Amino acid sequence: MNKITNIVIAGLGGQGVLKASDIIADLAFGAGLDVKKSEIHGMSQRGGSVSSDVRFGDHVFSPMVPDGEADFLVVLAADQVEVNAAALSPTGVLINVSQVDENKLRNKKSINVALLGTLSRHLKFTDEEWIAAIKRNLPETLHAVNIEAFFAGKAEVAAS
Amino acid sequence: MENKMAQLLSGDETVAAAALDAGITLGTGYPGTPSTEVLEELERLGGPAQWAPNEKVALEVGIGTALAGGRALVTMKHVGLNVAADPLFTVAYMDVPGALVILSADDPGMASSQNEQDNRRYAVAAGIPMLEPSDSQEAYEFTLRAIEIAECWHVPVLLRMTTRVCHSKTIMNRAGVSLPSPRVPEYVRNVSGRVMIPAYARQAHRKLREKIAKIAQWNENSGPTQLISRSPSLGIITSGISYQHVREAAPEASVLKLGMTNPLPVEAIRRFVGTVERCIVVEEGDPYLFESISAAGIKVEDKPSMYRFGELNVKRVQRILSGDCSAEAAPVPGKPPALCPGCPHRIVFTALKNLNCIVSGDIGCYGLGVLSPFEAVDTSVCMGASIGVGLGLRHALPEADAKRVVSVIGDSTFIHSGMTGIAEMVYNPPPTGHVVLLLDNGTTAMTGMQEHPGTGRSLDHHKTGKVVLEDLIKAMGVRNVHIVDATLDPSGYEALVKKSLEKPELSVIINRRACLLAAKSIKEYETCNE
Repeated sequence: MNKITNIVIAGLGGQGVLKASDIIADLAFGAGLDVKKSEIHGMSQRGGSVSSDVRFGDHVFSPMVPDGEADFLVVLAADQVEVNAAALSPTGVLINVSQVDENKLRNKKSINVALLGTLSRHLKFTDEEWIAAIKRNLPETLHAVNIEAFFAGKAEVAAS
Repeated sequence: MENKMAQLLSGDETVAAAALDAGITLGTGYPGTPSTEVLEELERLGGPAQWAPNEKVALEVGIGTALAGGRALVTMKHVGLNVAADPLFTVAYMDVPGALVILSADDPGMASSQNEQDNRRYAVAAGIPMLEPSDSQEAYEFTLRAIEIAECWHVPVLLRMTTRVCHSKTIMNRAGVSLPSPRVPEYVRNVSGRVMIPAYARQAHRKLREKIAKIAQWNENSGPTQLISRSPSLGIITSGISYQHVREAAPEASVLKLGMTNPLPVEAIRRFVGTVERCIVVEEGDPYLFESISAAGIKVEDKPSMYRFGELNVKRVQRILSGDCSAEAAPVPGKPPALCPGCPHRIVFTALKNLNCIVSGDIGCYGLGVLSPFEAVDTSVCMGASIGVGLGLRHALPEADAKRVVSVIGDSTFIHSGMTGIAEMVYNPPPTGHVVLLLDNGTTAMTGMQEHPGTGRSLDHHKTGKVVLEDLIKAMGVRNVHIVDATLDPSGYEALVKKSLEKPELSVIINRRACLLAAKSIKEYETCNE
């Protein structure tokens, strides 16, 4: 059975939506899975809605998550939940920015990675794999603050 | 198992990797979503890449490179090929000994374009071979194949990609495809094959059709066609990204995936159709494959007309296969993009709104001036059109309205195709004069901060020759040329525009201030270049 994991990351331009999806795609790739990742570039730096699809499994065909089939919808801006709600499967999990206390982060810009921490509770990758993927996708000066954010996001779910 | 040769890359990145691996002589193009990343990646990989002032010049430079026996990759978005169409149609006739590969990155659904034209039509109209990759692996392989085909038949090749192939990251393996080494460029005279005067062109056209007939035979026998034999009850003919949606939407269907979509492998298609009970063509955009296959007398079904608009996806393909023409759920509107807080364009559109101007707009970030809170753009067509359209409005409108017309154009767009508009303005000035607002933010901002001839820096941001906009415009005969920074004096800017509108003269007002997103990098480049 070719079970595909479908993840949609959504938010506004400049929030790190594409970086978050890069990290997930790289993580799955590093674990030896087939991966596809898709989004629309172009207007993303002008503050508009941005979303990115990541799909991984034994074999992935379309790079786009079909509406209503996202297993996880990770939303970095509260007002973008409604815009992207149709992506989520009836049994899917919504991971909303409101689930993480931004004030606990050393740098609020790491909120994208913090939400990956929250997401990580639901996926079968080890912390070591996550950390390696985060490191591969960010400059060295940002490693410590983002790894901290990852574990802060992961802890939030444990507490709730 | 992790494959050390495998990488997770976008289609654009793999085209660059293939160009590098092929020992490309030159990559050139003009930035345009979704094609921009190809040349940026080629430069990052250490390959020869440069920006041209526009797509026509890029293609002409590519033609010269290939005439010298080199390998040229010319990149552009779909509408860029309109600009480059003039050389395209004639180089198709020519005997091109090197490789000339033209990447057309189409944007079905118009994620960031002014139309969703289907450039597969160009391959047919110009009579050149076309390859359509469906993922990053094929983008790599087909780029190499395009070079091979171009050199084998001395004909330019169109590499036609779409947004979801250009920008999706999928796994690709760089090994396994090898080309002969590029030849050392040299000039071999071949007047009848390269000088397209009517006497030679008549022969050359016949030669082109002979080449295409041979390539069609090659495509039948050993082209990149893929047959997936499953149930005989449903057959699907498809190409490009649609193939991926099809395999997911209908895993039980038999599929004929076409890699080279001009010239078509008509007999392979006929055989496939003969093996299935029902055969439907699933393609994004125009019914190009459907019409071509039908014209060959092969009976296939077309998608319902509603699916001609926008991108396809798995759900839409399922609807096509079941003949579902019910209304599709409208997507919840997202937050539209906006001019950045502090963007120098903001002051311009505030002034134009205050002055109740009729604004002939152009292609770039300043197109966002049409949205709230400015709502100050009245028309926008294509690169450079602001000037010509503004002049036409001035010629036709009653005087009171004509005097409200301004043309708004950015620096990169001006270099791309604004200069001929200025020539028209000087040559055929409207009785009321005209006002052109040149928004010089020192970069090609909308596509992601690319350099252009007006910045004086090359693609890799090193110092090179610079076209000085005000010198050029003055030399072309515009007497009133102002250079201002509206951010420092918004009311002064508005007063200057007002005064210029009142005069029956030609004025160009250059608002010069670096794009906020690019300013820091520009300073760094300038420091490095000192």
